[in-house]
Amino acid sequence: MSCWQTIQDYGLRSIGIGERLLPRDGFTLCEQITLIGSGMLWNIYFGTLALVAGFFLANLLAVAKAAPSRWARKPAEWFIFVFRGSPLFVQFFFAYFLFLSLKQSFPIFTPFASAWLGALVVLFFNTAAYSAEIFYGALRSIPKGDVEAADAYGFSGWPRFRRIIWPTMLRLGWPAYTNEAIFLFHATVLVFFSGFPSRQQRGDALYYANYFADKTFNPFVAYPILAGYFILLTLVVIAIFGLINRRLNRHLPQEARRKLRIRPNLIR
Amino acid sequence: MFSYCTDPETLSGLSWLSCYLTTGKHMSLYYAVPTVLLLLALTAPLALGVGFLGAMAARARFAPLSWVGKSYIAIVRGVPDVAFFLFFVIALDQALEWLLHKARCPDWPEPVRQGNDFVVCSAAKIPPGTAPQWIHESYGFMLAVVTFAIVFGAFVANVLFGAMRAVPRAQLETAAAYGMNTRQTFWRILVPQMWVYALPGLGNLWMVLIKATPLLFLLGVEDIVYWARELGGAKTARFSDYPHPDWRMWYFLGLLVFYLIFTRISEIFLERLMQRLSHGQATTGGEALRKADA
Amino acid sequence: MKTILLSTAALALTAGFALADTVRMGTEGAYPPYNFINDAGEVDGFERELGDELCKRAELTCEWVTNEWDSIIPNLVSGNYDTIIAGMSITDERDEVIDFTQNYIPPEESLYVALTDDVDIMGVIASQTSTIQSSYVAESGATLLEFATPDEMVAAVRNGEADAAFFQGAYLKPIVEESSDLTFVGDPIALGGGVGMGLRESDGELREKFDAAITSMKEDGTLNTLLTKWFGEKQKTF
Repeated sequence: MSCWQTIQDYGLRSIGIGERLLPRDGFTLCEQITLIGSGMLWNIYFGTLALVAGFFLANLLAVAKAAPSRWARKPAEWFIFVFRGSPLFVQFFFAYFLFLSLKQSFPIFTPFASAWLGALVVLFFNTAAYSAEIFYGALRSIPKGDVEAADAYGFSGWPRFRRIIWPTMLRLGWPAYTNEAIFLFHATVLVFFSGFPSRQQRGDALYYANYFADKTFNPFVAYPILAGYFILLTLVVIAIFGLINRRLNRHLPQEARRKLRIRPNLIR
Repeated sequence: MFSYCTDPETLSGLSWLSCYLTTGKHMSLYYAVPTVLLLLALTAPLALGVGFLGAMAARARFAPLSWVGKSYIAIVRGVPDVAFFLFFVIALDQALEWLLHKARCPDWPEPVRQGNDFVVCSAAKIPPGTAPQWIHESYGFMLAVVTFAIVFGAFVANVLFGAMRAVPRAQLETAAAYGMNTRQTFWRILVPQMWVYALPGLGNLWMVLIKATPLLFLLGVEDIVYWARELGGAKTARFSDYPHPDWRMWYFLGLLVFYLIFTRISEIFLERLMQRLSHGQATTGGEALRKADA
Repeated sequence: MKTILLSTAALALTAGFALADTVRMGTEGAYPPYNFINDAGEVDGFERELGDELCKRAELTCEWVTNEWDSIIPNLVSGNYDTIIAGMSITDERDEVIDFTQNYIPPEESLYVALTDDVDIMGVIASQTSTIQSSYVAESGATLLEFATPDEMVAAVRNGEADAAFFQGAYLKPIVEESSDLTFVGDPIALGGGVGMGLRESDGELREKFDAAITSMKEDGTLNTLLTKWFGEKQKTF
């Protein structure tokens, strides 16, 4: 079977399109690369949606944690503490149990017991908590001068937050947030590994890598392929976040930014 | 454990629970707690060392060394730790044994790779085949520490690399003005000054490291999560004196509390450390301390 | 039987196998009654008793270690332990990578277990990831739901996630006997070539020793006694 045929058969296997049965013997390199790549669709799906949705919740949580009101502050603090303070797969375990029991009384929760929604919700809360802590830290270290300048120009309330505080917060928190995004994509491999059951052998990249490592009894092919995919994915994430970072910093004097790059050469 | 535990079927309530919670298997769970703590205590400094070397390599003026440092950071950071653990430990183990094999048995007639098998001479076995079980376990533990250190070292290297760039240039120029050479500037100014910029990132990594310990079972170390899962699963009366339904919920709740307390203690400690490092620094934190003192 | 014992001893002497070395027995420890961790935190079960007896007959010093199921074969070929004695069915796929002794449990039945009798075994079927049973379900056309441990698989039937679970009968039988809610459905299906001990392909001498020990246990009936003790009266014997 040619490699092109394999790609047609298994390229979308992870979402249930193509051959029903997984390859059983032979296990060419092409099959391994195709199926593990097909599994990456799930990792990208979980990572991207959780990241986008988590970004908005994180902003809310960070502002709530920095708020003077106790009623806003305490819930946000506890949410962040619980989700940052426990291992992800303990969270998966509890979420799975919770959704299963909710499902029994409320049929509306049925999709939550499947990975595509249940695991997504957990990852969404998890990344929201981690990012909120990053943004909260950034909120606290906004230079006093910026806020004073805003006051002097007559900004207050929402416009002041929207135009001055929020962009500065993003700018300061961005490098750490990039790291969090990388960690989130890595965390998506835990979904089928220790959280939710996989259905009809539809799983993520690690699920298929595990399948091949189990069938060929050789961990030194499938897992490095998985690693290669993730290195690529991480490079893409870093590139996208780098572009956003450039946009966030575009108002800064360009000269200063270039100097920043040269700096390491000066100290040697 | 207690004298009345000989016949658990006759017990009920608290006395049953006291016997149940002190079985040999539960002792393994309790014993796993110091194991995990010891692993963290050993991994943190080692990862810091690896990360420091990585950051120095990435900054090196000698291009190949800089490539090595940068690709180490990029590759290891890019791979999910689970995937790394699944093949790296076996590879590391085989690499060590292969090196020892080359050194100790230079005239071994058979190939090391025989089909799927990896066979070295018995003098090159780590630990030796006659070693008692605890040596095997300690060796597995050390492999886990080294693997964790290599993975987290890459993240530490990335944080330190950034922190070294964040030290205000004026401070380094002042050092040069005082007549320090580059090496002196590096060790006397840059390294002491970078920690305040590195600490938030390092603190975050510490939190991630704590939460990565459930992956230890992949490395063959039986940690608290392994035992909690093992103890919590439903037990029938045929294979256990203490039959019970699926109690994983309660064991995992215990784990949750353990990790939350551990996180809270770490947070308090890191907060204190940050305050201490911020003294006299040209940051908002340092400024706040200066004002508080005045 | 005496002659067999003598011949194994002779073999051991001539082969120059380092007798001082302990044989490390790799098992999973999460699979009663085959092997499990008992209340005292030690490896226990049918295979523990069998393995100890085999080691005694082959005059070997043995030591028990546990390993995750997923990486149990890679760790064997990499030399972290010397045998796998973990309820592993003899299959062609596995036989290509490692060697098996003769089987010490005859080919056995895999069974469907469900909450009611009228369950469709072509519906949602739970099984453990990477077992011969999960491959079977995947090929049968039913919707396969895979769990990391057999424990979670049974839990999924109880909470209604899966219509039924399909797994090795010996594992399911004690669970069904002791609980009122579960029942067997459908016909038993014979999979695999029985359970054997896995060894490295380069370890021919060790394999012969264990093979001889298993033969001797089959001949004097001790193996059958052990099988009945752990798997019940209805267990197929040799």
